[in-house]
Amino acid sequence: MAKKIILCRCEDVTLHDVNNAVASGFGELEEVKRYTGFGTGPCQGKECLREVALAIAAATGKPPAAMQPFTTRPPLCPTPLRLFAAGAASTDDDDDDDDDNGSGDGR
Amino acid sequence: MAAKAAASARATGPLPAHADIAIVGAGIMGLGIAHNLALLGQRNIVVLDAHTLAWGASGRNGGGLRQQWSTEMNIRLMQESLEICGAFAQQVGINIWMRQGGYLFLARTKTTLERLERSVALQNRCDVPTRQISVDDVQAIVPEINVEPYVGACFNPTDAIVFPWPFLWGYARAAARRGVAIFTETPLTAIDRRGDDFVLTTPRGSLTAGRVICAAGAWSPEVARLAGGTLPDWPARHEILSTEPLKPFLKPMVSVLESGLYFSQSLRGEVVGGISQDDPRDSTVRMGSRLGFVEKLARGMIQVIPRLAEVKVVRQWAGPYDMSPDGTPIVGELPGVPGFFVCCGFSGHGFMMAPVVSRYYALALRGKEKHPLFDAWSAQRFAGGGIVGDGDGGNDGSGAPREDMIIG
Repeated sequence: MAKKIILCRCEDVTLHDVNNAVASGFGELEEVKRYTGFGTGPCQGKECLREVALAIAAATGKPPAAMQPFTTRPPLCPTPLRLFAAGAASTDDDDDDDDDNGSGDGR
Repeated sequence: MAAKAAASARATGPLPAHADIAIVGAGIMGLGIAHNLALLGQRNIVVLDAHTLAWGASGRNGGGLRQQWSTEMNIRLMQESLEICGAFAQQVGINIWMRQGGYLFLARTKTTLERLERSVALQNRCDVPTRQISVDDVQAIVPEINVEPYVGACFNPTDAIVFPWPFLWGYARAAARRGVAIFTETPLTAIDRRGDDFVLTTPRGSLTAGRVICAAGAWSPEVARLAGGTLPDWPARHEILSTEPLKPFLKPMVSVLESGLYFSQSLRGEVVGGISQDDPRDSTVRMGSRLGFVEKLARGMIQVIPRLAEVKVVRQWAGPYDMSPDGTPIVGELPGVPGFFVCCGFSGHGFMMAPVVSRYYALALRGKEKHPLFDAWSAQRFAGGGIVGDGDGGNDGSGAPREDMIIG
């Protein structure tokens, strides 16, 4: 049954895949993302992040509120290369506050 | 949950009191060394990482594997690395999404072309089938390329790309199966000496270790500092992006040496690419994503393949290159810190080198075989703050020939 429940529609990641990641020792969202590829397709996790987080919580017994979401990647939505190429090269847009996983401890 | 008890690659519970060998960094290099050491019969290995698997540069790179280098050592090492990768799926039991579509280096100027020519001759002597080709030949390989800005190219059909993530699960699982304990989310806070041993302190507790191997990529200088040593490498942010998946159309990795542009189509169908940026030297690892990067890369990709203009970017991210002052990796025992070994400074090419280098590193640590790389890349060359000669790639006796085919 879990093999037929799709949590991430962009990358075809099932509940079974997520349970398998947890059973293999990978229970953090960042790990499950890399282990299953969930959240790396066109929606970038906007549809599936919550579903996967709840599935991990159910599999690990961790409270959902204790889970860190994965780093959000630009762009906001799929955007043609053409539009970026037309941009005025902004070299001063260094987004240092947006380093991976936000807070300074790397999480 | 009815999840079956798959072997956990990650250790849980307290740290063991002692490790014969402690490896710092659970990237492809550290896990590769652990796996190969275990295969050679080494017991009592512990791997520590501050983050989760695939969190660092091993999980952030473009997955290119090429044999087009300008020094014989790098060419031969990468031939062997490709062989290891070819057998990896079967030996380790994981799909690495490997695709041998070749690497195509485009040259804008005669000077670049001549530079490539010299390397091609050496590659051919090593039995790498790289060919110098005309722009017409380029179009025969990738009809979508607008060849107008280029004067020629070189192409090796046996270069390849892989999907980086599975290497980490593969090495980790294989190593764990042989008893290696891999502790992730376990940052080091101190490295002290106690007699001949090291004491490694983490928030999870401490352990003693007979030998420490630092394979922490761009974080290596920080780890060395904890041990009272100094490493001359530094982190350089490199950004990369991925597009929506497309039907397979692009066989080779395409690269322009002058701008450091590269892109390829993964087996997942996405076009993945990056380009060099002129950043001032960083002292700490920074991985923020910038709009300026996508703009620059978009212009570069569209110049090579105009039809990419309508293709949509899905995600961009960054990872740190671990830059060595002379572009050459840094390996072996760190001067002044006996028992502390390093394997770093791969300057953006560590992922592709790791399958072969980690094997030779394990052979050397076990005292079985010392590959010439340990002399050519020795950390001793920086001892006493010595400055490395700015070798011009020639064999003038002033040291090893300098690698010319460094992208980025």
